[in-house]
Amino acid sequence: MVIYGVALLAACLLVGKLLGTLLGMVMGIDADVGGVGIAMLLLVFCVYQLQRMGCFDDRAQAGLSFWSSLYIPIVVAMAASQNVVGAVSGGPVALVGGLVVVAISFALVPVIARLGRGKYAKPLDPPESTTREDRHA
Amino acid sequence: MLERFLDVLNSNGLIAAFAFIGLLMLVCNLAARHLTGGRIHGSAIAIAAGLLLSYIGGVATGGTDGLSDIALFSGLGIMGGSMLRDFAIVATAFGVDLAELRKAGMNGVIALFAGLAVPFTAGAAIAYAFGYTDPVAVTTIGAGAATYIVGPVTGTAIGAGSDLIALSIAIGLVKSISVMIFTPVVAKQIQLNNPSAALVFGGMMGTTSGVAAGLAATDARLVPYGAMTATFYTGFGCLLGPSIFYLVVRSILGG
Repeated sequence: MVIYGVALLAACLLVGKLLGTLLGMVMGIDADVGGVGIAMLLLVFCVYQLQRMGCFDDRAQAGLSFWSSLYIPIVVAMAASQNVVGAVSGGPVALVGGLVVVAISFALVPVIARLGRGKYAKPLDPPESTTREDRHA
Repeated sequence: MLERFLDVLNSNGLIAAFAFIGLLMLVCNLAARHLTGGRIHGSAIAIAAGLLLSYIGGVATGGTDGLSDIALFSGLGIMGGSMLRDFAIVATAFGVDLAELRKAGMNGVIALFAGLAVPFTAGAAIAYAFGYTDPVAVTTIGAGAATYIVGPVTGTAIGAGSDLIALSIAIGLVKSISVMIFTPVVAKQIQLNNPSAALVFGGMMGTTSGVAAGLAATDARLVPYGAMTATFYTGFGCLLGPSIFYLVVRSILGG
């Protein structure tokens, strides 16, 4: 059933946030440290185990893929509820500081991604093929 | 009649948000296909449009939650709030390749620390260049350059005033929003086209909303990898900001 997938997702998020908060407490800060990341690892692990046991059928997976596919619209809604005025009105320190930090961080991404490996990670296949199918459908 | 219609929208906020965002995405996807010939991703246009609407909403209402401060669009705050956002982010892990995670895991950890060191250092240097010499002010502004949560948490812990806290939030907002806008633009130059680069990207940028939106506009398949490291960033930032970072700044500037 679809709800099984949704319930598994919800359980993973709740356990992850709980562990993240506990991790924060151990570190002595009142914040959730990596709760969502922990929840993601939990979900990957649970789905793997359940599929191996053969008790996670297509319907249950549909409950996961539905929420996964709502991700971009949710991010658009998030963008539409940001304090953009606050960012713009922070004055030159905020604008210059924010932009310089982002530029340096961008530049360091390929440098760090190359560390520890002689060969650079393989790019994903271009997404063109799927978009063409979408257009035909 | 119009009043009745608005009543229905107001009392079904989240549903109205689904309909509105669906319509916005339709318009943006059509614009991407016909106006840019598919060169710019429809979701990148939709996210930029969302930010523009946030600006309009903020100017119109004087509030801090963008378009969702307008009663008619209040459901956007629920749909785009942290509860549903985290729920959908975790769901994207359903497609994650475990081998990729294991391969790039160490780089993700390195990126987390570099990703915090860069804004702390650069943010503090810029604060100093703009005439802030008090260690508390420099630390708070530098922490804000990590994320708009690390800034206030750090500032509060070391006793910064509310004007500094507001400034640290503003610098974090500029960071988050520019990551949303510029990620799809620079993705090719920084070779952000594979899961392990996305893991590093999440750790370097750290702003969950910026990383989430930036990767969604670049290639949605990269989202789970970036989001996974980004969610550790703010927590570690809140840990390092008021402790090591503050001590380093204080030992350099004195006080």
